[in-house]
Amino acid sequence: MTALLKLDNATIRFGGLVAVNGVNLDVEEGEIMALIGPNGAGKSTIFNLITGIYPPTEGGISFKGKSIAGLQPHVIAGGGIGRTFQNIRLFNELTVLENVLIGAHTRGSWNLTGALLKLLPPVRREEGRLLELAIHCLSQVDLAHKAYEQACNLPYGEQRRLEIARALAIEPALILLDEPAAGMNPQEKQTLLTMVRNIRASGVTVFLVEHDMKFVMGLSDRIAVLDYGVKIADGKPEEVRANPAVIEAYLGKGATN
Amino acid sequence: MLQGFVNSIDPYFLQILVNIGIGIILALGLNIITGLTGQLSLGHAAFMSVGAFAGALLTLKTGTPFYLTLILSGLFTAAVAALIGWPILRLTGDYLAICTLGFAEIVKVVFLNLEITNKALGLTVPPPQTALPMPVIVLIVAILTIIASTFIQNSRFGRALKAIRDDEIAAESMGINIARYKVQAFAVSAFMAGTGGCLYAHFLGYINPSDFGFLKSVDMLSMIVLGGLGSIPGAVFGASILSAAPEFLRFMSQYRMMVYGALMVFLMVFRPNGLLGGINFTDLVLRKLGVRPRGALRNLEEKQ
Amino acid sequence: MFLQQLINGIALGSTYALIALGYTMVYGIIALINFAHGEIFMAGAFVGLLMVGVFKLNIFLAMACAMIFCMIMGVVIEFIAYRPLRKSSRLSAFISAIGVSTFLSSLALMVFGANAKGFPDQAFPSQQISIGDADISTLQLLIIGVSAVLMISLEFIVQKTKVGKAMRATSEDYNTAALMGVNVNFVISFTFALGSALAAAGGVLVGMLFNAVSFNMGLMAGLKAFAAAVLGGIGSIPGAMLGGLLLGVTEVFGVAIGYSSYRDAIAFAILVLVLLVRPTGLLGRKILKKV
Repeated sequence: MTALLKLDNATIRFGGLVAVNGVNLDVEEGEIMALIGPNGAGKSTIFNLITGIYPPTEGGISFKGKSIAGLQPHVIAGGGIGRTFQNIRLFNELTVLENVLIGAHTRGSWNLTGALLKLLPPVRREEGRLLELAIHCLSQVDLAHKAYEQACNLPYGEQRRLEIARALAIEPALILLDEPAAGMNPQEKQTLLTMVRNIRASGVTVFLVEHDMKFVMGLSDRIAVLDYGVKIADGKPEEVRANPAVIEAYLGKGATN
Repeated sequence: MLQGFVNSIDPYFLQILVNIGIGIILALGLNIITGLTGQLSLGHAAFMSVGAFAGALLTLKTGTPFYLTLILSGLFTAAVAALIGWPILRLTGDYLAICTLGFAEIVKVVFLNLEITNKALGLTVPPPQTALPMPVIVLIVAILTIIASTFIQNSRFGRALKAIRDDEIAAESMGINIARYKVQAFAVSAFMAGTGGCLYAHFLGYINPSDFGFLKSVDMLSMIVLGGLGSIPGAVFGASILSAAPEFLRFMSQYRMMVYGALMVFLMVFRPNGLLGGINFTDLVLRKLGVRPRGALRNLEEKQ
Repeated sequence: MFLQQLINGIALGSTYALIALGYTMVYGIIALINFAHGEIFMAGAFVGLLMVGVFKLNIFLAMACAMIFCMIMGVVIEFIAYRPLRKSSRLSAFISAIGVSTFLSSLALMVFGANAKGFPDQAFPSQQISIGDADISTLQLLIIGVSAVLMISLEFIVQKTKVGKAMRATSEDYNTAALMGVNVNFVISFTFALGSALAAAGGVLVGMLFNAVSFNMGLMAGLKAFAAAVLGGIGSIPGAMLGGLLLGVTEVFGVAIGYSSYRDAIAFAILVLVLLVRPTGLLGRKILKKV
């Protein structure tokens, strides 16, 4: 089985700081993979490398067997990688539905001419199709009933779910979730757990960064651990939990409780 | 018959009406790049100028029919905008704003020095030979601009622009090619400014590069901010008020511009989001008509 | 010839720099393009002219009066037109600034009329000094000297005093500075006062240099000074000085080699070119994408 996403010695430096240092990582098709590590370990930076926000200083990144290192973010997104953000980045002034419709951007093709010829059947058909896709994605995270609310008026947990719906509207092969459970109460987390499992069941590979250990252990097929920009472990949840390097770097405090 | 009707209107009043029409075209044009895409342009008068001179020269030198002139001057302005847009739209925020301002000053000074634009003397433009009277043409173009703006705002293209305005990083992560959309928005915006300029030139019959200075750009910006940034009714309203205000304040003669300036400050202090900012007109109209705005959505949900 | 033009350029550039400092300081602290700054400059010139012409004050006293007047004016403008908008969108505050600018220039038009007024000759009896083949006027030396003194004092205030430290903290991070007990309102007023004082001095100097003071002198000078601030990297004080000098010198040389009719475009052409190479100006900080 070839990896869907492959990081090969991926490295990025900001001035003197090596934020991500020679990380090798595979995400297999159809799995739920998690990336954990202490604050500032470089987890979000890895997501930013994958999605092209920062180009890697060294090393390669390939997706579906093709190199995507150094490509523009919009090209990478169009290639089938959707993502959410650690600090929620919704289009705040727009409605919930519009947010998801923007996520479905790459699924449409009519541009300026389409806008001016809005009333012609092919344009209307496409709009209808995008609308259906958007509603479908919203119902996947149970937000369809809030379609016409303004995004910034949603409660925090729902904003996180809206980000997931927006990323799903890309119809991605791989979805990157950056701390999806942050700020949620236990009940919301439980709902989210089911949603993420359903997303995987629908054929989307999931790669997530998360702080909540219970959430990660219960959800992931595999876990990679990052510390000071270096990958220190990689394996099944129980292997990672037993790994001495991980306990020292990260779980140490938790394990002594 | 139409001509007769137009002639029966008080010419002074007619002049104000045409000013409002042209104001609406210009304001909606600027609204595309500044209101919808969030890129502050402080030099939009330059595009008006390019359109005005392109139109005037087409009429004077080639005798192109007016309607074709109107479209060609818009297209030419859009091409100019796309050309300068490629390099400068990479800049962010106020750096972009000052660059557009600089570009506008350069255009003004170049036109003041070119032989073909008749230097500082400006150009006299003969009235166009058209079946429709000029005010009617302005009205039609203004309505077309309103329709086009509304269509753009609620389309895949317009959503991409709004996404760029709200959050560029999130927008590009959704697969939106930011550079391309910005240039396109700039070009559409300039097209409208160019046609507005062309109408202005032919209605007024005389243009001078100095007419399209920084203050003209500021006028356009004030229209969309006073009305409510990003709102089409806001832009129409702002353009109407500001095009007419100096005329209605005329009785105060010398105090006019002072009052105008003070009004701008007070309006901003008491309604910082513009007069019509934050009002959703589609919802309002639909509710008045008794249509539930969520009807379309319900049908879709039932289908699934 | 070269030296002559260089001195001309530096004299003109110092006045741009004086005005540009006000733009850059205000921008650094509240991210507002204080569009009325050009009108403060104009007001400074008029006050200086009145002091010299009507009250027969000596030029330095007149300049001091103009600076004090404009300090108060800057603080009042901020209080009325910008402070209520601090939490609103930046564009609203910008439009408000344009309103202030329109108001002030039309007020000046009403009070002083449309014609430009000159400084009386006895204001500063300028003499020509020959250095090599260059003829330099003592007025130019005065302009350069006064600008240098003012800029050094500004640098001292910003770097060495307590309020200067508060200014730097506020421009670094407005909210954190407020949390750490910096009286942000005072700092903002102080910044407006400082910037306005410099603009007033610039106004008096420019009024003498071109021997013309008029209601609309603020517009083009303001635009060019703003361009200078952006050229240097907006928010950066040394950047504004560098930008002002650079624009002044290039403008003078541009005119000297025969592009006098393009005078007003030169500054902007340079600005656009520099921004294309360095998108945040010469000394501006690089913006890192924060995700």
